[in-house]
Amino acid sequence: MSNLKGWKEIPIGGVIDKPATSRLYKTGEWRVSRPVIDREVCINCMQCWLYCPDMSIEGSIEGKRMKLGEFKMEYCKGCGVCAAVCPVNAIVMKPESEFIDE
Amino acid sequence: MPNIRDLVDYVENNDWAFTQGHRLCPGCNAPMVANWATLAAKSLGYEPVVGVATGCLEVSTTIFPYTSWNVPYIHNAFENVAATISGAEAAYRSLKNRKKIDNDKIKFIAIGGDGGTYDIGLQSLSGAIERGHDFVYILYDNEGYMNTGNQRSGSTPPGADSTTEPIGKASSGKLQLKKSIVDIVAGHEGVYAATAVTSEPWDFMRKMQQALEFRGPAFIAVLAPCVRFWRIPDDSGVEVTKLAVETKYWPLWEYNMGVYKVTKKPKTFKPVKEYITKLGRYNKLMKRPDANEILEELQNYVNAKWDRLLALEELTKDKPLRTKI
Ligand SMILES: Cc1ncc(C[n+]2csc(CCOP(=O)(O)OP(=O)(O)O)c2C)c(N)n1
Repeated sequence: MSNLKGWKEIPIGGVIDKPATSRLYKTGEWRVSRPVIDREVCINCMQCWLYCPDMSIEGSIEGKRMKLGEFKMEYCKGCGVCAAVCPVNAIVMKPESEFIDE
Repeated sequence: MPNIRDLVDYVENNDWAFTQGHRLCPGCNAPMVANWATLAAKSLGYEPVVGVATGCLEVSTTIFPYTSWNVPYIHNAFENVAATISGAEAAYRSLKNRKKIDNDKIKFIAIGGDGGTYDIGLQSLSGAIERGHDFVYILYDNEGYMNTGNQRSGSTPPGADSTTEPIGKASSGKLQLKKSIVDIVAGHEGVYAATAVTSEPWDFMRKMQQALEFRGPAFIAVLAPCVRFWRIPDDSGVEVTKLAVETKYWPLWEYNMGVYKVTKKPKTFKPVKEYITKLGRYNKLMKRPDANEILEELQNYVNAKWDRLLALEELTKDKPLRTKI
């Protein structure tokens, strides 16, 4: 707690002068299970990208098509919403204990 | 209306408007609402300015020195997000009139939980709507004061368990009905108001666009489960809101200056019992001897509400009460 700022050092009104600073806080540490995707089954519909409550799935447009990118484990809390909304069941949730070596 | 491609394209070439690192629970539906609302606005070319009332969303997204907002953002208090955003909107209008700012893409969005909307923030919301401010108010409705640990609110439905109206031998949980907040807002007449759910993102996006384009106050109530206190698995919020629509528990409709429109009409409905028994917060209710009675009452209630909505749609077709604010 010693590195907390005193009231005189905090800006008036608690103003935060930079946007999106919460990215410095890695919510992935909360995770107890993680999504594993089968790219062969995935149809790049982006449903999981849209639904992820932690914006931790990447996406891109390649030519005319949408492409699902990486699942960012630094932020993924392992809620399983991506697997639940996947229309083709391409995502399964696996216990974090299986990835202990990473 | 933005489509999925537009959104992916927007984020790839710009950034999320609502970002990673917020501390809402795994599986919470509130961040979906915050993300979709701001992303829809951004991808339509608007520059949203957001205010959030005290509650889970505010508390978990703005822990000093961290913020998950990638857009101008203001927090004031629990009871006055609508007043705060109407002040910001009025200041913007004044600056524009005095030619100190020449950007007409700025839009004002207030977001509040159900405690901050149905209860403590209701007069500030009513005032802001009555004054005709040009803003969009988004309610993420998790049917209780969840940030402080599941106290009942004016939105908690009858029979739900909460710490202030627990279910036990003496009581069947909350006894009162849930307020019909969209009807309350619609009662201001010069307003666009709608319901939405997390299981229908495109219905929400369309309503969001309509709300942004509406020149005056607009309101969208989004049913957004709290997985903790609804006692449901982390991954099931979306499935649950889908059931809410399929059982008439939360019909999808909109109101535009007096004209009602039902925006989703399922061909068949499931019994409301299917919805209730899916949620762990009714478990203790289901064990009480009067469970069936309460369920029947609720079924009659949702049936009557649905019929009433269809009748209102028929009655008000092409008959707006006002044509301008
Ligand atoms: C005037 C005032 N009273 C009480 C509180 C304590 N408080 C903080 S968050 C909260 C609950 C908010 O409930 P709701 O608006 O439903 O949002 P949720 O947390 O469920 O998302 C309460 C009671 C407060 N911050 N300000």
